[in-house]
Amino acid sequence: MSQITPRPGRIQRAPEGFLSPEQIREVSAGRRDFLRTAFASASMVVAGTSVARAADGDPAILTLPEHSTTLGRPVAERPYGAPSQFEAGLRRRESPGLTRVAGSSVSFSPLQGLFGIITPSGLHFERHHQGWHDIDPARHRLMINGLVKEARVYTMDDLMRLPSVSRIHFIECGANTGMEWGNVAVPTVQYSHGMLSCSEFTGVPLSVLLDDCGIDRKRAKFVLAEGADGSSMTRTISLDRALDDVLVAWGQNGEMLRPENGYPLRLVVPGVQGVSWVKWLRRIEVGDQPWATKDEAVHYIDLMPDGTHRQYTSIQECKSVITTPSGGQTLLDKGFHNITGLAWSGRGKVKRVDVSVDGGRNWRTARLETPVLSKALTRFNIDWVWDGSPAILQSRAIDETGYVQPTYAQLRAVRGTRSIYHNNAIQSWKLADSGDVSNVQVF
Amino acid sequence: MDWFRILIKSAALTALLTGCATPLPPLIEAPKLGMPVAADTLTAQMLNVFPDGRGLPSGQGSVAEGARLFARHCAGCHGKDGRGGTAEELTGASRPLDHSAADKTIGSYWPYATTLFDFIRRAKPMGAPGTLSADEVYALSAWLLHANGLITADTMLDAARLAALRMPNRDGFLWIEAP
Repeated sequence: MSQITPRPGRIQRAPEGFLSPEQIREVSAGRRDFLRTAFASASMVVAGTSVARAADGDPAILTLPEHSTTLGRPVAERPYGAPSQFEAGLRRRESPGLTRVAGSSVSFSPLQGLFGIITPSGLHFERHHQGWHDIDPARHRLMINGLVKEARVYTMDDLMRLPSVSRIHFIECGANTGMEWGNVAVPTVQYSHGMLSCSEFTGVPLSVLLDDCGIDRKRAKFVLAEGADGSSMTRTISLDRALDDVLVAWGQNGEMLRPENGYPLRLVVPGVQGVSWVKWLRRIEVGDQPWATKDEAVHYIDLMPDGTHRQYTSIQECKSVITTPSGGQTLLDKGFHNITGLAWSGRGKVKRVDVSVDGGRNWRTARLETPVLSKALTRFNIDWVWDGSPAILQSRAIDETGYVQPTYAQLRAVRGTRSIYHNNAIQSWKLADSGDVSNVQVF
Repeated sequence: MDWFRILIKSAALTALLTGCATPLPPLIEAPKLGMPVAADTLTAQMLNVFPDGRGLPSGQGSVAEGARLFARHCAGCHGKDGRGGTAEELTGASRPLDHSAADKTIGSYWPYATTLFDFIRRAKPMGAPGTLSADEVYALSAWLLHANGLITADTMLDAARLAALRMPNRDGFLWIEAP
């Protein structure tokens, strides 16, 4: 045992990891027991070799593996690359039972397994209202009409000739963390916070197109964005915002948008909840009042304790979450660990992130990794030495406006417990002395 | 169009610095890509309805016809009477919005009747959106409003009647910010 204990701990990503299901069950059954009886066999499988400790001579080094003694595979064998076979567990997941129709549902990004701030396009979360389609760009059109001098229609070729910009922004569904309003409901950060992604988007500023059509500046106050899917999703956006930093985008992380993310054209509305980032964008109408469409007059609305509703709470307020260690993961040993997570604000840059390991009594300031961008995910890290006793891990973000991410007690004091949208409370992860991490709420 | 203004400004500045009597033309033309939209193309995609009724098409529908259409297209998910199905509850609210298990139906919750028409026309039925005629959408709206106790069984719903209807929870919403 004394030879094993100083070994650095490793974290198993939730709900999948590098351990087999049998090994995860052994870990779940009790870490102490696991270390005594199963560690040697576990590390054999983890390393994919036949023996255990470096002190005995590590066969992973001493015995040359096949990949060191044979010719590897050819270039362009896979013309569009794919992740390693050993990363098969890293995938977006639909929450069982959340919705009745799979075409009108959500899949969550595996935040627990991601690094930095960019979400791989294939792991970007999904929310479709009536399913997704792979639209032929040659047949796609964008119309701009309403209070403009001249209604115009653009092909993709037209749009992609215009002066484009590329910007990194987060997108978060307004209902992210919505299942946690009343109580702990889901086990992992994938399900609690995974309606969150961040990409570099490329497109033309909407202001360029509106100027091209000549908006009626006296009467125009709002625009309506409309999608080409069966739901023909519609959201009202104020003209001020539309002329500010909104993009009509075709690019995502260096390539065309993925079909699930709106190929060939979507709206990017930085800082605003995902529903306004209309996918498969086919029309922008300029008008003088909000349209009160279903997804802005009935859904995406915040129910208050007195039965009234807050409408057009579009901006995603400052929020953060620790992604490792997080619910469903297991710390295999005490000692040094890196606590890492994500912070973001719909109002600008993240200024500071504090981390507590004692349920919010004491806080230390985490390192913000570069780049720290406006309305983008920001990665934070902080060193921690776990002494093996139970702990409650929290992160608290502060943005450049001075807004401080609230506790559940603060949020519920104003908004009650029956809301669905815009839950930006401080997340707590409970670390048991077994090393198991679980979702808890701390008031 | 910031880049364009910058070009114009720099052209004007150049004119100033070089003392030209007449300003230089812009360095590039405004894009004017795209095509003007033909009137029939425009109307084909003008689906949206404002809360004051602008955008509602001509046509009309009865509660009785709406009942038939609801049974055919909607009841499978929303339940025979607009409740008790797998999809959202549309009728039959008994618990108020400040109740711990509030019922959020069309009658108890929705602020505008126009939203009903707009949404049904653009998105329903879920598997075949855009297939209902204006008369059919008026009829479905009529049945749903009647089932929520908001119009009588003999109402023939049209644009004027729909826009004039004031929903019970109309004042239950507070705008937090511009959308």
